[in-house]
Amino acid sequence: MNPLVRWFHRFGSPPTFYRWAGLAQPWFLAGALLLGVIALYLGLVVAPADYLQGESARILYIHVPSAWMSLFIYVFVAANAFIALVWRIRISEVLSMAAAPVGAMFTAVTLATGSLWGRPTWGTYWQWDARLTSELVLLFLYIGIIALFHAIEDRRRAARAAGLLALVGVVNLPIIHYSVQWWSTLHQGPSISLLGGSSIHSSMLWPLLLMAVATKLWFVASLARRSRLALLEADSDKAWVLEAAPSLRSAVAGA
Amino acid sequence: MNPTPMRAARAMLRRDLALALRRPDDALQPLLFAVIVTALFPFALGTDAGRLAPIAGGVAWVVAQLALLLGLDAVYRDDADDGSLDQVLISGQPLALLCAARMLAHWLVVGLPLMLATPLLARLLGMPAQATVVSLISLGLGTGVLVAIGHVCAALAVAAKRSVILVPLLVLPLTVPVLIFGAGAVQAALVGLPPTAPLLLLAAGLALAISLAPFACAAALRLNAS
Repeated sequence: MNPLVRWFHRFGSPPTFYRWAGLAQPWFLAGALLLGVIALYLGLVVAPADYLQGESARILYIHVPSAWMSLFIYVFVAANAFIALVWRIRISEVLSMAAAPVGAMFTAVTLATGSLWGRPTWGTYWQWDARLTSELVLLFLYIGIIALFHAIEDRRRAARAAGLLALVGVVNLPIIHYSVQWWSTLHQGPSISLLGGSSIHSSMLWPLLLMAVATKLWFVASLARRSRLALLEADSDKAWVLEAAPSLRSAVAGA
Repeated sequence: MNPTPMRAARAMLRRDLALALRRPDDALQPLLFAVIVTALFPFALGTDAGRLAPIAGGVAWVVAQLALLLGLDAVYRDDADDGSLDQVLISGQPLALLCAARMLAHWLVVGLPLMLATPLLARLLGMPAQATVVSLISLGLGTGVLVAIGHVCAALAVAAKRSVILVPLLVLPLTVPVLIFGAGAVQAALVGLPPTAPLLLLAAGLALAISLAPFACAAALRLNAS
C-alpha cells in the first residue's frame, strides 16, 4: 500500500486520531489564547482609533476574523462531508459534524459584533444589506445542518444526511450570495461597503492578522475536543475507549 | 421481468396522482392554507388599498412558499413507514428518475393549484392587473424549484424524528434566491420595469434544480435506507 494512503488510514482510525488530537489540543489552545491576547492588546490599545469611526472600529478586529472563519468552517464542513460520502471515511463524518457548531458560533459572533459596530457607525443595529443578509442565511444553513444531525437517531446516518445537506448548501451558497446582492442593489441599499477598498495601515493590519491566526488555532483546538468527545460517545462499547479513557471504566461497570 | 425505467416512472406518477385523488382534502390543504393566510393580511394591516396593493405580490409569494411546505414532511416518510419506500429502493429502477416522477406529481397536485390561485389572491389584496401574468409565470417557475428542493430536504429528513419544524428549517434558507427572484419579478412588473431578467434567472434555477435535485434526493434516500 502507498505509504501516504497507509498513513491516512492509520491517522483516520479512531484510537490514533483520539490520541493525536488529545496531544495537539492543548498546544493549539495555548497558541490561540496567546495570539488572541496579543492581538487584542494591539487592536484595543496600540492601534490608533479610526479617524472616521473612532474607537468603535476596534470591534472589527474581532468581527472580520470571525466572518472569515464562518465561511472557512463551512467549506471545512462540506469538504469533510464530501470525503465522508464518497470514501466513507468515518473520521471525516465526525470532523464535519464537530466543526458545524463552531462555525455557527463564529457566524453568530460575526452578526453580533457587526450589529454592535453598526449602531454607532450606521446608526442602526440591523440593516438589510447584502452582506449581513448572506451571513444570516449562512447561520440558518448551519442551524439546519445541526438540527438535522440531532434529529436522526443513528449517529453515522445522521452525520451523512447532514453532510449531504451541507453539500447542497455549498452548491447553493454562491447563488444565495449573488441573488442577495442583486436584491439589495435593486432596492437601493445603503452605499456603505464594509471594506472601503483602501489598504489599511500596518498598525491595524497586524492585530487583524494575528487574530485571524488565533481564531484558526482556536478552531483546531475546539474541533479536537469536540471530535474526541464524539468518538468516545460513538465507540463507548469498543475496547479502545476503555484503554484510552480508563476513567470511563468505572462508569461502564456501574451501568 | 422488470418494466423499463420510463414505465416505472409513469407508474410512480400515476400512483402519486391516484393517492392525491383518493384523498382530495389532503391535497387541497395547502390551497386552503394559502387562502386563509392571505385573508389575514387585511386584518393585520387594515383595508387601505394604498398599503396592501404594493405588498400584494410579495405576500402572494411568501404565502405560496409557506403553503408548499405543508405536507412536505410526509412525502417520503409515509412511504418509509409502510415499507413501500424499501420496495422502491430494491426495485432496481433508477431511483433519481422515480424521485423526479414524484416531484412532478407533487407539483401537479400542490404547486399547480397554488400557482393558479395565489395571483388571484394577490388581486384580492389589490395587486394591479398588469402584474398578474408575470406573477403567474414567476410562480410557475418558482414552485417547481421549491418542490425540487423540498423533496431533497424531505428525503434527508426521512429517518429523523417526527418534527413539524425540521423540514421547513432545512428548506427555507436554501430557497431564499427563489423568493428574491420570484417576488422581484412581480415587483418589477408593478413599478413598470421589465421583469425578464429575474424570470430568466428563475428559469435557470428551475433547469438547475430539476437536473440536480433528483440525484440529490435519490442519494439522500439511499443513505437513509442503508
